Amino acid sequence: MATARPARATDPVKFRHAVSFAGAAVTAACASLGAIALLVILGYVALQGFRAINVAFLTQLPVPVGEPGGGVANGIVGTLVTVGVAVLIATPLGLLSGLFLALFGRGWFPEAVRFLSDVLSGIPSIAIGLFAYTLLVAPFRHFSALSASFAFALLMLPLILRTSEEAVRSVPRAIREGALALGLSEFASTMRIVLPAARPAIITGLLLAIARVTGETAPLLFTAFGSQFWELNPTQPMAQLPLQVFTYAISPYQSWHQQAWAGALLLILAVLVLNVLARLVLSPKAQR
Amino acid sequence: MSSSDTAPLRVIDLNAYYGTRQAVADVTMSFAPNAVTALMGPSGCGKTTILRCLNRIHEIAPGAYARGQVLLDGEDVYESHISVIELRRRVGMVFQRANPFPTLSILGNVTAGLSRNVPSSEKMRVAEKALRSAALWDEVKDKLQKPATALSGGQQQRLCIARALAVEPEVLLMDEPTSSLDPISTLSIEELMTALADEYAIVVVTHNMQQAARVSDYSAFMLADEHGVGRLIEMDETTKIFTKPSDRRTEDYITGRFG
Repeated sequence: MATARPARATDPVKFRHAVSFAGAAVTAACASLGAIALLVILGYVALQGFRAINVAFLTQLPVPVGEPGGGVANGIVGTLVTVGVAVLIATPLGLLSGLFLALFGRGWFPEAVRFLSDVLSGIPSIAIGLFAYTLLVAPFRHFSALSASFAFALLMLPLILRTSEEAVRSVPRAIREGALALGLSEFASTMRIVLPAARPAIITGLLLAIARVTGETAPLLFTAFGSQFWELNPTQPMAQLPLQVFTYAISPYQSWHQQAWAGALLLILAVLVLNVLARLVLSPKAQR
Repeated sequence: MSSSDTAPLRVIDLNAYYGTRQAVADVTMSFAPNAVTALMGPSGCGKTTILRCLNRIHEIAPGAYARGQVLLDGEDVYESHISVIELRRRVGMVFQRANPFPTLSILGNVTAGLSRNVPSSEKMRVAEKALRSAALWDEVKDKLQKPATALSGGQQQRLCIARALAVEPEVLLMDEPTSSLDPISTLSIEELMTALADEYAIVVVTHNMQQAARVSDYSAFMLADEHGVGRLIEMDETTKIFTKPSDRRTEDYITGRFG
């Protein structure tokens, strides 16, 4: 009977191959779907946006509806100022906190800081904006770019803190021991040896945190508020690129829609550039 | 062992712990000047822990501490006014794997232990002397500004030796300094140890018996007891340890019966 083995014997193998192939195909399809969605968004925004991007758009102030031309120069500068001030607030705070957690990270207090930081990073940005409004807008009875920077700093803080901690932790223990064994103090070994070794990863975290807040709109609604004019004083309401995109997009005017697309494209490009920079900083070549 | 009174570095009744686990118990030994002393024994016998107690780097691990005396020129480094920083400048250390500082140049690595106030001409002089002592000068003199990580493994380890020598220590601790190196690099490090013994007291941890026999003047043999606690079995001149050890367990180990 051995010669009359049923032909089915090989079927389970074929069946397994088929299932395996189907499984791989489904997961690959899902993966491409995500990538395609991103590419479609990028492509569509680029298509719509490039039509409206020109020198005037980048260098001029907004003009009233009906007038041709005009730009979002004040919004670009406003966003740069607001994010810049936020970086100035959040970087030292986040970096030093991260350093503390990496070097003295045991016990209930560091654990509590880590937990609260994780919670903070999950709070909706509109709630952070509301908090900034309550603290820095309502008492003074007027909007300001500074209050927006404060909200942005709160959004960036947990990101910078955790990436800094991870960056310092990832410096091999042997490097720190080597510094201490030379008779360097804890402080000197941290500042001269450990932090420089962690620098690329810290800068990457910082760039990603900046990318995270650059397109953020919700907290701006009741903090920076927006403006039609040049404004460089952070204690005053200030134009913001995301806000202008928002205002233009919900308007009924075709010309403003064009400008909204162009603004959205600028924001996406900024985030793209920041992400690419973050990768470059971490690349082995840049470590040299 | 006749030199124990003049020994620059002595250990008396040392007990070392990692949290609740005792790693080393009741070790007393002394390290002669201008000689290489080898600490040998199988893995887990506490030899590295002893070495790390000598410059108090042991205690930077969370929960690690030591009880007993480590005498540097007669002063207890755990009790006296000698600060940890001063101690580590007088007792240099070279690690198992070369650990050059990755962001610094070759020159920056050698001078990393010097005060920032030292003028650069003086730094240069010290660096050259240290690199010459570590037999590395001729290989790196034309690329002092290059990253230290561009050097080969053996060169990196000699750079780490130069870095330790640059702060002009009295004692040099070496924790299995050749265990990650090829035979040629190992030979050059061993030759270096012999040469450096003219000026320094050298303590080297090794579980390579041939290495201990080749480079050391004195040898200490350690073993973990039934509780995993490291103890000193015997310590003597290396020739004596390898020809007629006084303890049966030493003989078993050096004849390759275990370990």
